[in-house]
Amino acid sequence: MMRHPRLWMGLLSCSALSQAQAAWDVNMRPGVTEVSRSVFDLHMTIFWICVAIGVLVFGVMFWSMFAHRRSRHPQPAHFHENTKVEVLWTVIPLLILIAMAVPATRTLLHIYDPSEPDLDIQVTGYQWKWHYKYLGEDVEFFSNMSTAREAIGDQAPKNDHYLLEVDEPLVIPAGAKVRFLVTAADVIHSWWVPELAVKKDAIPGFINETWTRVGEPGLYRGQCTELCGKDHGFMPVVVEVKAPADYSAWLAGRKAAAAERAAQAAREWTREELIAQGEQVYRTACAACHQLGGQGVPPAFPALTGSAIATGPKEGHIDIVVNGKPGTAMAAFGKQFSDVDLAAVITYERNALGNAVGDSVTPQDIHTFRQAQEAGQGMQPGQSQPQSQPQ
Amino acid sequence: MSAVIEPGHAGHDEHPHGPARGLMRWVLTTNHKDIGTLYLWFSFTAFLLGGSMAMIIRAELFQPGLQIVQPEFFNQMTTMHGLIMVFGAVMPAFVGLANWMIPLMIGAPDMALPRMNNFSFWLLPAAFSLLVSTLFMEGGGPNFGWTFYAPLSTTFAPESVTFFIFAIHLMGISSIMGAINVIATVLNLRAPGMTLMKMPLFCWTWLITAFLLIAVMPVLAGVVTMMLMDIHFGTSFFNAAGGGDPVLFQHVFWFFGHPEVYIMILPAFGAVSSIIPTFSRKPLFGYTSMVYATGAIAFLSFIVWAHHMFTVGMPVAGELFFMYATMLIAVPTGVKVFNWVSTMWRGSLTFEAPMLFAVAFVILFTIGGFSGLMLSIAPADFQYHDTYFVVAHFHYVLVPGAIFGIFASAYYWLPKWTGHMYDETLARWHFWLSFVGMNLAFFPMHFVGLAGMPRRIPDYNLQFADFNMLSSIGAFLFGATQLLFLYLVIKCIRGGEPASAKPWDGAHGLEWSVPSPAPYHTFSIPPEVK
Repeated sequence: MMRHPRLWMGLLSCSALSQAQAAWDVNMRPGVTEVSRSVFDLHMTIFWICVAIGVLVFGVMFWSMFAHRRSRHPQPAHFHENTKVEVLWTVIPLLILIAMAVPATRTLLHIYDPSEPDLDIQVTGYQWKWHYKYLGEDVEFFSNMSTAREAIGDQAPKNDHYLLEVDEPLVIPAGAKVRFLVTAADVIHSWWVPELAVKKDAIPGFINETWTRVGEPGLYRGQCTELCGKDHGFMPVVVEVKAPADYSAWLAGRKAAAAERAAQAAREWTREELIAQGEQVYRTACAACHQLGGQGVPPAFPALTGSAIATGPKEGHIDIVVNGKPGTAMAAFGKQFSDVDLAAVITYERNALGNAVGDSVTPQDIHTFRQAQEAGQGMQPGQSQPQSQPQ
Repeated sequence: MSAVIEPGHAGHDEHPHGPARGLMRWVLTTNHKDIGTLYLWFSFTAFLLGGSMAMIIRAELFQPGLQIVQPEFFNQMTTMHGLIMVFGAVMPAFVGLANWMIPLMIGAPDMALPRMNNFSFWLLPAAFSLLVSTLFMEGGGPNFGWTFYAPLSTTFAPESVTFFIFAIHLMGISSIMGAINVIATVLNLRAPGMTLMKMPLFCWTWLITAFLLIAVMPVLAGVVTMMLMDIHFGTSFFNAAGGGDPVLFQHVFWFFGHPEVYIMILPAFGAVSSIIPTFSRKPLFGYTSMVYATGAIAFLSFIVWAHHMFTVGMPVAGELFFMYATMLIAVPTGVKVFNWVSTMWRGSLTFEAPMLFAVAFVILFTIGGFSGLMLSIAPADFQYHDTYFVVAHFHYVLVPGAIFGIFASAYYWLPKWTGHMYDETLARWHFWLSFVGMNLAFFPMHFVGLAGMPRRIPDYNLQFADFNMLSSIGAFLFGATQLLFLYLVIKCIRGGEPASAKPWDGAHGLEWSVPSPAPYHTFSIPPEVK
């Protein structure tokens, strides 16, 4: 459409834009699955039908504006009705619509057939990250945006995958029919990967089904598409499609890593180790609201520097991080993080960000807290269903 | 506006049939022209306020990265921009036009329920003061989008959401009263001989719009009341953990929301159906089919709401029904477009400002209709849904459809309202700058949407940078141009070439049979319509 993108860039460019690659994509891409290609074909078919109708209608209109303007056509005609014509231009569009509805129905029925999957993955939307659980495989993890906050604030350069990169992509095997069971933990999100033509709302309390089958290995990027709060724009979806053998190796590696993490929780941690580990967790999970330096965005997101909770007794601090605060944006991180990560981030918050309590919270402390809580509520492990809590 | 004393009453100083003097004239007025004027000024104020919020949005999106506002505030701006434009700018503008023009067009002395008319206007400033005041409250204003989907708006909203709910209730009451007034006026106060099928189309489309309003505003009131119950009284309408259903919110909201988009379009259809024949100097083609098409669109608008929800996981039978029903809307809408084009065909066309806006309305609204047709195809909608393609679509429908329709009407009737001709040169500048700005702002949004940019995000990947910058430049141009309109209207009120009773040689209708400006009281003796 633009023949001289560089010229335009030169005319329009600002400091930040000079890093941007000129991208004048004007159309949807066909994508990489059978479904996405048939959706693309459908899209192009309707588009060209619209163009044809547009050329016809606007052609007549422009001709009339040109040839029947008062200076050329001072005596207007007086006709104002023609039943035959009016019936005709009701019936013809109806026929065109039927012609469009047929392929649309066929594609829709194909998309709505998630039967006989090779693999089931539960996708859960959280504010503002995705959780992936491989059903029957005992593998699950969170996927957080990995773009640095400094890049968003223009203090660091932006790369090509700015805002579309995550720490842990969803990994699926090529050639397999993967069924996604989509739900959410807090508000409605929507899981979208354009190249796969998969978009499904993630709704708390409900499980939606959708599926994909990607032929070739590759990396495909998308984003949450339902407004889900403050960081809606910072909730990318990345899907890595691996060859079946690579996928199996990856899965084995994940299982081994899970065992490793369990062992880590049992060992002794020094305060310095916890603080170092905690900083990583803080940057992924907390900095979005409480800011990198802990100053917060009052009144919605209180400062951690000097806060009563972060400098008060350990138990209160553990409680709010594990259980969150109902009715506020403070989420319960208990189910999202391991004992080690929770201990680390709490220790970090108490001994950094301008705080210097001097104590440390160990993975053992978290374990004890969790056990006390379960005993107190008379709940069995794993039975942590959300209670009906009017807010 | 200067008061005109009717002939025969001159000299009766103790009993002038003009407006009262001073500020209280505007507070207590029951005169349809005064109330129409109040509505129009209110709407323009809201338009500038909602527009300046759009400017903040476009300034933040001018380049990648966060420069001007933080995401919380960005979400408040997108929410308030939508709410103010829908409820504060477009709807009151049409009610203002209805108040001014319907009595003049049907030969009535005033609206049927003048005191209620005063009340329904004055509710609006109260409602909008409440709504806008939430921005200054602790925790900020509404930040959940103008569609305020639960549970984001119930469980995770700022505390000001209660004020937002009350404001919506007040606006709803105001709209319903306005609608009742239009229905009562059109059905009861038509001049002798003016049968329904002789009525100007603006009155027809407003009559149908009024029924839509009465049908759906209570639904909106219902959904916000359910929210209020969930937030404060422990119910679980939209909370799955308590046995409720977040999707229920969307069904109820869109049962209001879809007819609402026609509420914002139909009166413009009517106005354009007067303006195009006037400047084509030819009767409207297919009056009867225009009336039936409007009725058909109104009916269909009630059975297609779930096309806003193709991705919520409806059963396939539901998707198919809503897809087919939505596609059908193209038929009556197509009939209207074909009729307008046929009205122009072999006419004797001139292009004064009202006609320029009306022609742009037809072209750009049709483009919005095409993208609407694309969106109706459910499998393709999975790719378009909640991307900038949708933003492009509804701005192509609403900016030319509603706003250009209102500008066309304003220029068309300004001479009747003020008694002066507006400045045609400035009006053309206003048109062309608006036209270029609008297209530059919204056309590139189709491209970034198709390339994968979600809507309602404060920051984006670098691949979307160039088109976003163009969009922002277009939006700034469009926004700044509206100040020109303000200047032009003030200039026209203060003076200018006097307007004759019928300043447009091709115009038809009772409103052109009274002097310009229209006397404060008109048609105290009903005119005869043959």
